Amino acid sequence: MKDLFAVVMLSGIYGLLSASFFVTLDAVDVAFTEASVGAGIATLLMLVTVTMTGRYEHSAHNKPIWALAVVLVTGGLLLYGTLDMPYFGSADAPGHLHVAPRYINDSMQEIGVPNIVTSVLASYRGYDTLGEVVVIFTAGVGVLALLSVAPRPEESAEIDVVNVSMHKKHLILRIVTKMLIPFILIFALYVQFHGDYGPGGGFQAGVIFAAAIILYSMLFGMSMARRVINQPLVQLLSAIGVLIYGSVGLVSMLNGGNFLDYNLLSDDPVAGQHLGILIVELGIGCTVTSVMVIIFFNFADRTEDHMRNGIRGR
Amino acid sequence: MDSVIEFSSALCLLIGSFLCLSGGVGVLRFPDFYTRMHAVGVTDTLGAGMILVGLILLRPESLVLIKLVMILLMTLFINPTASHALAKAALHSGLLPLQYQRDKEKGAESSNP
Repeated sequence: MKDLFAVVMLSGIYGLLSASFFVTLDAVDVAFTEASVGAGIATLLMLVTVTMTGRYEHSAHNKPIWALAVVLVTGGLLLYGTLDMPYFGSADAPGHLHVAPRYINDSMQEIGVPNIVTSVLASYRGYDTLGEVVVIFTAGVGVLALLSVAPRPEESAEIDVVNVSMHKKHLILRIVTKMLIPFILIFALYVQFHGDYGPGGGFQAGVIFAAAIILYSMLFGMSMARRVINQPLVQLLSAIGVLIYGSVGLVSMLNGGNFLDYNLLSDDPVAGQHLGILIVELGIGCTVTSVMVIIFFNFADRTEDHMRNGIRGR
Repeated sequence: MDSVIEFSSALCLLIGSFLCLSGGVGVLRFPDFYTRMHAVGVTDTLGAGMILVGLILLRPESLVLIKLVMILLMTLFINPTASHALAKAALHSGLLPLQYQRDKEKGAESSNP
């Protein structure tokens, strides 16, 4: 398939389908994140890229036979290796016997949040989640380093003229979006703090926040969006999220325990766990939101620059 | 009274599913992009709305009812707007409705000697 637009659409459909089978597998948290990132923002970013690279792929002139052979042999060996693994979801698989019973049995007494996914993610495996947040932050820094374009000073009169002339063209979309964005932001806030009791948490809430901001900037133009969302503030916010997460660990160490041991954050260990999870999810939400916004703004700035300087480049 | 509510909720669910199904059939059978958008935009919104109304009738308790009402409102807002955005994007990138495409082809044929 040589039409890149069709390929991007197919990958978006695949993301949506995988979100729906995550729901049937009863993993609603993952389905949430997959639907918003895989079917929403990733498709959008790839479409932005396709507008810059051109719609059709050049046909390859060499036929990589040897590469195909290597892939087939490796894949065959891997498939042969899975024949020995226990059946999917069987009760005596080693993966289900080691730490999972302890998490499932003791999570309510030790941590006290009904959603086991959140308790595993933020408390039992808090260190891994710190690594995830740092990876997201690094991705944002990488995009900034590679793709950032120097901001050109826009006159505010020019921005207003463009805004008014676009207003009639996209009237319905703008009005409906302006009505809906507060509700999307409130829903993101609800998902952030409701992660203890239902599906949700920092990652999902961050992505929904970022989706609302991206929606606004798509419909009102990048110059308006840059006036509304201050770029240095967003970059600062992404670092603050990681800082919050690390500081919780440091506070636990200063109180005499291990890094990220939430039991020591307050007199009652369960209350300490609650407090720890709350603050840590806040940090995750901050970083995810700001990194998504940074990535989108940099991609869109490049597109604008590309459109302004013509296809032949600057 | 309870059986009336249950019967009406079952009716709403059936009507909703029939509408969604007919929207799907419309997408497959209509000849042109704009007619397909029209089929899906109208029937999908009303179909999803009827299914949600049927579910609302089954659950007169507090929290789930409020959540279902919010989902219904969001669907009624977002679905027509999305169809509008799709049709607008198609028109903007130059896709002509089928009648105009046929007229254009006929005009091109008749102007060639």
